[in-house]
Amino acid sequence: MSIVEENTSAVSDVDDEELRRRRARKIDKIGKWTLPVVVLVITLFFWDRLVVWNEIPHYILPGPGLVFSTLVADWPILFDALLVTLQITLMALAVAVIGGVGLAVLFTQSRWMEMSFYPYAVILQVTPIVAIAPLIFIYVDSRIAGLLLCAWLVAFFPVLSNTTLGLNSADHNLRDLFRIYGATRWQTLRFLQLPSALPYFLGGLRIAGGLSLIGAVVAEYVAGTGGIGSGLAFRILEAGYRLNIPRMFAALILIAVTGVVIFAGLSFISHLLLRKWHESALKREG
Amino acid sequence: MSISPAPLGSRAEVLRIEGVDKVFGGTVVALKGLSLTVNGGDFISLLGPSGCGKSTALRLIADLIHPTRGRITWSGGQAAGDLGVVFQEPTLMPWATVAQNVWLPFRLRGKSYASVKDDILEALKLVGLERFQNAYPRELSGGMKMRVSIARAMVTKPRLILMDEPFAALDEITRFRLNNDLLALKDKIGCTVIFVTHSVFESVFLSDRIVVMAARPGRVIRELTVDAPYPRDEDFRTSPEYAAHCRAASDALHEAMEGEAA
Repeated sequence: MSIVEENTSAVSDVDDEELRRRRARKIDKIGKWTLPVVVLVITLFFWDRLVVWNEIPHYILPGPGLVFSTLVADWPILFDALLVTLQITLMALAVAVIGGVGLAVLFTQSRWMEMSFYPYAVILQVTPIVAIAPLIFIYVDSRIAGLLLCAWLVAFFPVLSNTTLGLNSADHNLRDLFRIYGATRWQTLRFLQLPSALPYFLGGLRIAGGLSLIGAVVAEYVAGTGGIGSGLAFRILEAGYRLNIPRMFAALILIAVTGVVIFAGLSFISHLLLRKWHESALKREG
Repeated sequence: MSISPAPLGSRAEVLRIEGVDKVFGGTVVALKGLSLTVNGGDFISLLGPSGCGKSTALRLIADLIHPTRGRITWSGGQAAGDLGVVFQEPTLMPWATVAQNVWLPFRLRGKSYASVKDDILEALKLVGLERFQNAYPRELSGGMKMRVSIARAMVTKPRLILMDEPFAALDEITRFRLNNDLLALKDKIGCTVIFVTHSVFESVFLSDRIVVMAARPGRVIRELTVDAPYPRDEDFRTSPEYAAHCRAASDALHEAMEGEAA
């Protein structure tokens, strides 16, 4: 790969065709960043005009300017709520990783465990969380624990299923080689199966990051209790009751941004861990 | 520390296969009545059409599967590191560097990298890859990956190396070079090899014994001796002697495939 790069930079007398291709690549690169920004600006502009021209009252649709000023004005309330939601989300994600990877390792080590428990993991996954959540809040006293349990239920399955798939995807010849060299179960797990599973696990992790946020928000809706220590979802509900639509939008924006930041962060971690060897992290020329 | 030919150079018996049958699923006879004695320094090719049980024989020797009948015995018993294996694919761990891949057989025996570093570098030097010890497999060509795989198989100085069509997936030029290098290596360290191939030319060039096998059921139909002395070089490839051996091996292979639809 590095050889190819050296060659292209060393060659100076390229023909028009190649120059055109390079220009197209450059435009592609710039477009990747500028186009979404342009779309955003146009959308905000028409949103604003729509509200002004039609004289829509702010309790039906606030303009972007009002949403932004509300975001600034209500920042103390919203930021506290964000911290609560974020805390639940990250804790749920951590527990999902521990639980998902732990179960996956257990399943691949023991067929009996897998046969006994896998169907129930699937059932937990396919049952909508909004249907289970009310029950959870009846039986679990601590609100935080209840929220955490809901978010975990939503988030752990992609980690479990992806990691299980990864652990079973180790190269068969390498498995044979490990057997020939008399590797123990632990060695095979540590040196062969876990590294093989890493790209699969990281794929599951990125999905789980988004899902734990969704799980946390849905659980807050269901829990529905207010007061100190309530998260963004509750703030949205509350603002809805009070017809404070600008604050609803502001909270919604915060949730969306949080989701994007979590996804980007996990993608970055994934890139760091895989960049040296995995196909998904390698740049290809041409 | 260097890979010394002393214990490896001995012509003493290494392995004895006696009347081994392998039946899969109670009905499919993959191998019937295989008997073979492997002596130190032998380079034995198992040559035959697909389905003749060549790979089954290797898997039996590697103890990955067990014979339905018969016995496979290592003289003096088998110790850890007595066997090295090279598969058709390089079979490297993509997340580990070249040196870490070669370290694997030692690592699985609980040896630290520092304690076997010299052996690893020596093995890499023998296959001409000492400069690439910190590279990742994806940075190497197909032929270089195969060299790493060979270095890994040799690093424990095994009494026997099994090779399952290791060069079949490579282009002709790389294949010839690796054939030459493998013989140079054998000359240097005096290893004992069982080499599975379906190429007449490769088997004649490399081996001193060719075991020709037939399919359905997998069985040995002839054993040929290639008495040309080692080291063999490019000149051997063009000698009349080589042509004659190829002819004999080719005839035996035709005999093996008689009655089979192509």
